Amino acid sequence: MNYELLTWLVPVPPLIAFFVIVLFANRSNKLSHSLAIIAAGLSWLLSMFIFVWAIGPKGVLQKPLVSSINWLPTADTFLKIGVQIDALSAITLFFVAWTVLMIFVYSIGYHNYGQPKGDHDQPGLPPHGATVESANAQSHKVMSIEPMYARFFAFISLFAFAMYLLVVSNNLLTLYIGWEIMGLCSYLLIGFWYAKPSARAAAIKAFLTTRIGDVFMLIGLASLYTIAGSLQYEVIFSEKVLQSLVQNASPFFGMSWAALIGLLIFIGVVGKSSQFPLHVWLPDAMEGPTPVSAMIHAATMVSAGVYLAIRFFPILSAGWEGGTVLTTPMLVMSIIGSFTALFAATIALSQRDIKRVLAYSTISQLGYMIAALGIGAYVAAAFHLVTHAFFKALLFLGSGSVIHGMEHGVYHEGEHIDPQDMFNMGGLYKKMPITFATFVIGGLALSGFPIITAGFWSKDEILSSAFNGSFLVVFIVLAVSAFLTAFYTMRQITLVFLGKPRTNAASHAHETPITMTLPLIVLSFFAIAAGWVGIPKAFPGLGGLLPNWFSDFVGSMLHGGEHAVEHHSLIPLFTSLFVSLGGLFTGYLVYRRMEKKTEDPMVWSLGSIYKMLENKYYIDEFYTKVFINPAKWIAEKVVYIWMDLKIIDGILHGISNFGLWTGNFLRQKFDVPVINRGGDNLAKSTKFIGSEIRITQTGKVQDYMFLALALSLLGSVIFLIIIF
Amino acid sequence: MGFPILSILIFIPLFAGIAILIFGRKKPEAIRPVALVAASLVLVLTFILWATYSIENAGYQFVEQFSWLPELGISYHLGVDGISIAMLVLTGLVVFTGVLVSWKINDRPEEFFAYLMFLATSVLGVFSSLDLFMLFFFLEIAVFPKYLMIVIWGSPQTRVYGGMKLTLYLFIGTMFAIVGSLAIYFVSPERSFDLLILEKAGFAASVQKLWFPFIFLGFAILGGIFPFHSWAPDGHVAAPTAISMLLAGVEMKVGVFAALRVAIMLLPEGARYWSTWILVLATINVVYGAFIAMIQKDFKYVIGFSSVSHMGLVLIGFASLNYNGLLGAGLQMFSHGVMTALFFSIVGMVYDQTHTRDIASLGGLAKKMPFAAFGFIIAGLVSMGMPGLSGFIAEIPIYMGAWQVAPIVAIIAIISIVITAAYILLTIRKVFFGELPAQYEASVHDISTKDKIAIGLLSLFMIGIGLLPQLMVPLIESGVNHILALLGGV
Repeated sequence: MNYELLTWLVPVPPLIAFFVIVLFANRSNKLSHSLAIIAAGLSWLLSMFIFVWAIGPKGVLQKPLVSSINWLPTADTFLKIGVQIDALSAITLFFVAWTVLMIFVYSIGYHNYGQPKGDHDQPGLPPHGATVESANAQSHKVMSIEPMYARFFAFISLFAFAMYLLVVSNNLLTLYIGWEIMGLCSYLLIGFWYAKPSARAAAIKAFLTTRIGDVFMLIGLASLYTIAGSLQYEVIFSEKVLQSLVQNASPFFGMSWAALIGLLIFIGVVGKSSQFPLHVWLPDAMEGPTPVSAMIHAATMVSAGVYLAIRFFPILSAGWEGGTVLTTPMLVMSIIGSFTALFAATIALSQRDIKRVLAYSTISQLGYMIAALGIGAYVAAAFHLVTHAFFKALLFLGSGSVIHGMEHGVYHEGEHIDPQDMFNMGGLYKKMPITFATFVIGGLALSGFPIITAGFWSKDEILSSAFNGSFLVVFIVLAVSAFLTAFYTMRQITLVFLGKPRTNAASHAHETPITMTLPLIVLSFFAIAAGWVGIPKAFPGLGGLLPNWFSDFVGSMLHGGEHAVEHHSLIPLFTSLFVSLGGLFTGYLVYRRMEKKTEDPMVWSLGSIYKMLENKYYIDEFYTKVFINPAKWIAEKVVYIWMDLKIIDGILHGISNFGLWTGNFLRQKFDVPVINRGGDNLAKSTKFIGSEIRITQTGKVQDYMFLALALSLLGSVIFLIIIF
Repeated sequence: MGFPILSILIFIPLFAGIAILIFGRKKPEAIRPVALVAASLVLVLTFILWATYSIENAGYQFVEQFSWLPELGISYHLGVDGISIAMLVLTGLVVFTGVLVSWKINDRPEEFFAYLMFLATSVLGVFSSLDLFMLFFFLEIAVFPKYLMIVIWGSPQTRVYGGMKLTLYLFIGTMFAIVGSLAIYFVSPERSFDLLILEKAGFAASVQKLWFPFIFLGFAILGGIFPFHSWAPDGHVAAPTAISMLLAGVEMKVGVFAALRVAIMLLPEGARYWSTWILVLATINVVYGAFIAMIQKDFKYVIGFSSVSHMGLVLIGFASLNYNGLLGAGLQMFSHGVMTALFFSIVGMVYDQTHTRDIASLGGLAKKMPFAAFGFIIAGLVSMGMPGLSGFIAEIPIYMGAWQVAPIVAIIAIISIVITAAYILLTIRKVFFGELPAQYEASVHDISTKDKIAIGLLSLFMIGIGLLPQLMVPLIESGVNHILALLGGV
């Protein structure tokens, strides 16, 4: 089979689906979602073919697939586009294909396909439910279909296209194109319910915050292009270019070009993967529909950031030869990554909204990956990227299912409560058994529950890499974050599913339809099984039973293998076990007896710290005061009023006043009739410039026309005088 | 000499305009169709030029030359290269859509459409001239229609001020350029205004260094270079919709086009010598315009200042004097022309119905005029440099080109795209989404079919070039290669 062609085709179906839905199919909901799902299915199928080939004996371990064409027949090469499948893109393609397809299927149920139109629903607002008459002529309220159903499928198709494009691309330019289109899609989808002011604000915040990162990334690309003369992976990651990047010093702070470019690209990653200090957009991105959250948090956006960081590792680590002396970008990554992991985990402790807890957990888990890359644990970072994508997609879709079930209860009961607040839930395990079971699997994977979950294996690998590489600070910070992760996850599970219902809505919640539960079941399979492909050989008892396929496969990306130490100390293992089980157990203990109206134990146990956590360390407020307001002030007061209106226009008005004065002067001193009349008009009209007098229009036009004529006549005279 | 396609192109609107002036009063119902037919012919002819220009042969094609004033070295000399073709196509598009969106003008329509046609002749003439004298001639005849259209049909509060400011600035700019041009005319060995002869004249370095700033700055004032940009927003805002479209979309390109054709191509040494200064001014343009656009409360001023910002990118591309920069600048001239014409047309459509340009009192218009919202979002994405649209194809080479000569310029220019994104998104959010004020619930209707055609056509070009850059890039490239040869680069 021609795998080259297949790879080219991977991103195409969702793009076609996007255009067809937007242009032709947007009146039919059924047609729209069919198109989107068929397209996602085709891309999935192509990806699976490629994946199976790639891991096979004739696959990428022999030789990565690279194919490029000239997008433009120009003298320069930066507009060359192409595709590439190597170990990293193969595994990324695998998890992207699965999560995207599952999210697409789930969206049918989530947007209430098959339900009636809402009573007062309008585009731009979430559906508010419809009143239907049942058989015995009693009316009751049920869920209603999303008013912009077709448009949603168009947008997520575009989103999927961008991610596929980014993954299969063989150069940074097409990667950047996919990257930017994703930024646009996140804007469109976070602001999907645009009639909500909070959604509009969140959409702009997401776009602009990630754009700040993108800008630095673009600067990095421009400088890399100038040095390497290309943005193709095979060129920029070649030994020759890497060497010249390391050896030549950049003009900034004595860093090598490799370090500078690495840092610039990393800032792009910080924006996209929502790391501190550009993490502020991700929690607000909850304003979008839940499948979008799953797209952003698992299948696409944030994974794209980490993917780029992994892809860029040769440059980030250029000059590093193992050991604890890291390159500048690696050092920055390990600091930002581990700090973000802890920082976001603490905020997650205090959140009440089911989705916000998950949002902060995403930020925290991405911190793990960044920190892992920072300490050179390449394979561990990639491994955690894959497992995280599966269990986080599962958790988000699960939380959407919970909210859906709760909304059902809300309509049924007519209660006015927030269906996303975990303190309004409780006891849902009885009402929503499938959601419960799958959510617990996802939650346990997130907490790194030992042996059976995928999250354990990937997180353990990061922890043991940190420990074995003697990065003790990173190790401790990540271990503490892992404890907090297990704690807030169990807090969430306990509050939502266990105990007794705390509201009437919760006691009348309802399991969601098959289109929503089926993706949960599929994803929970991966949330468990994805870990078994990467069991370290040295793991006590289990090591060696299954080959550590993942490490062999992805490790092949690195020239000369990974620098990580091979032996498996028991300390990180016991730490993993302890923090995971300990966190889960504590979480259960604290929250198992939550009653209606009981205050969150966090509030009294943490005291004033709780307030700070609840307000996310006041970072949004800080940014508003320190960046946004001054920028506005400078733009308005300094640049516009002072510079543009006062100085530049002031000079202009000064000149015209001088002209006015000259006109008067000439008129009075040299009373020549012809000049007199022209000067009169000039004076009159320049007066308007000086004082901006509003005048009525009629009758004056001729004057100006005359003036214009006079002026151009004057010009021509000067012209002729100069010529002759 | 073959079929005089360029002359026909230039004189179609002129004759149409004269016919409208003469017969318009008696047959008012024929005014608009005549204008539309003329604009369509112009558009079709520019497409034909685009399709038949031979990129392999490059150079100036469709050349026409008649002796005019041989003793002064002036001849009627027309011809186009790749960059001029792109500009002609742009003019065709903007004039055509300008006629469509002006359909509703009922105040002295015969004069309005006639002036619009004269303006088209002027612009088409500048882009096709291969003679310096002709170039100035065409440039100058634009003044009357421009000025009159602003003060007669412009926005009542500012039209006198805006029209006067614009006219004075353009005069000052042209004066500078004329002085510089005459200077090089007198030192040229052959005493000729012919651009092809002057290209080969090989002026002494001292001459080039002395006169380059006069010519470049003079023309660049027409393109809105800092600190001589302030005519642009005031003029654009004061003008009626079609004229804003033409002014920002095409007239500013006339300025930078002439700066390229006359200053850079005739005086390459001068360009090298002064390029740092141009880079500085152009970088200020980019950031400054974006900053001011961000805090504007007037819908039209946002777009006006965004033009100042985007034209800065064109100038940065010029001043980098390398392949990428010039290629990007050529593409940006086209892309920005189409984009800003679309912006202004939509601002006009909104104003026609709401009678306000105050952003704060607008809102939720996407519900009432979804297609206008679509067009504005497309133009907004172009101005943010979103991949898949023409702005990206244009801006990326500019950044790359600028980086090669002065990374700091590239950095500042790239950072400004965050500000651009901010003001565009905030404007879109407020005007097209948000709450629809109650008074517009009944009074605002969807835009007309003609307006939709205009929006659709302009959007189509931005998307088309974005997805298939090979439609435009080789064309511009052929022109750029010639400039590089003059610069001694290739």
